[in-house]
Amino acid sequence: MYIIIIGGGRVGYYLLKALLKEEHEVLVIEKDARVCKTITDELGSVCTRGDGCEAATLAEVGTGRADMLVAVTGDDEDNLVACQVAKHKHNVPRTIARIRNPQNAPFFKKLGVDVTVNTTDIIIEVIEHEVPTHPVTELFTLEEQGLIIVDVKITEESTTAGKMVKDLSLPKESKLALIIPHEGGTHVPAAQTTLQVGDQIIAITPSQYKEELEKALGGV
Amino acid sequence: MKVVIMGCGRVGARLASLLDEDGHQVTVLDNDTYSFRRLPPSFSGTALYGNGTDEEALKKAGIEDADVFVALTQGDNRNVMSCQIAKHVFKVPRVVCRIYDPLREEMYNALGLETLSPTKIFAQMLREKIEGEG
Repeated sequence: MYIIIIGGGRVGYYLLKALLKEEHEVLVIEKDARVCKTITDELGSVCTRGDGCEAATLAEVGTGRADMLVAVTGDDEDNLVACQVAKHKHNVPRTIARIRNPQNAPFFKKLGVDVTVNTTDIIIEVIEHEVPTHPVTELFTLEEQGLIIVDVKITEESTTAGKMVKDLSLPKESKLALIIPHEGGTHVPAAQTTLQVGDQIIAITPSQYKEELEKALGGV
Repeated sequence: MKVVIMGCGRVGARLASLLDEDGHQVTVLDNDTYSFRRLPPSFSGTALYGNGTDEEALKKAGIEDADVFVALTQGDNRNVMSCQIAKHVFKVPRVVCRIYDPLREEMYNALGLETLSPTKIFAQMLREKIEGEG
């Protein structure tokens, strides 16, 4: 894949290294000549000096054939404009923007950026995952299908402990995919499977039923 | 009319005071309170500290019932971003965006923003002046 990265700061630099390692064709566009030189000295001609928000700069580096553009400068507005120029002037199929202000996520989506990444939300997700008292953790979102994959822990407070799978009242279109017992290993839940304290259940549900699934499984 | 102006530089402050004189309800937003020194003592509108690309700051400035939003900061991208938020999220009826870079101006104009490039306009004016007197 040909991937263009806007911004050669720390995020851009490590992203570049990681993507090169995966044998993608990668190019960084960086405004600062010194930063650009440091990257070129170390990694070869994988960095161009220029403004990634300018259509002309993007044209020079052949953005028209890029599969993806990732904007990771420290400024949300620059990342937005770089993605929009890539999309509207060069028809880049997929654009990703780093955002600093989590509130910008819905705006960016509305304005045509395919994916936004923000560190605040990532850290919150990690905290949710690490805090053992939290019974439901979102693992993955299948945005197009409107589905989420969640991880539910059966705790001592759960009224579902000791119940069989067939006796649970799961919300519509929710499915239990996998049970990871406390002692390790995995098994696919069947109707007769009994839930035990310490079990971890991986389930799939339409995103609007997350809370109902939480009630049906956690039973708190 | 209720007007929100983002950026209290020379142009922003001047526009604010002109519209204020005409009796409009003006709010100027800037992320540096020192900029408000440019507003004349007679200015009767509101000068508000805040970042115009921030949803909450825009709400505080009264964007939800504004008739006009004008972006006049030094950053083209900042102007473009706040104008798109004003237009597409807050549905402000009239949004005007200053973009120095003529290429970027053309693109956002094609995408439906009402844009003005001082670079283009001023160069054109100078050309007419020079050729006209030559």
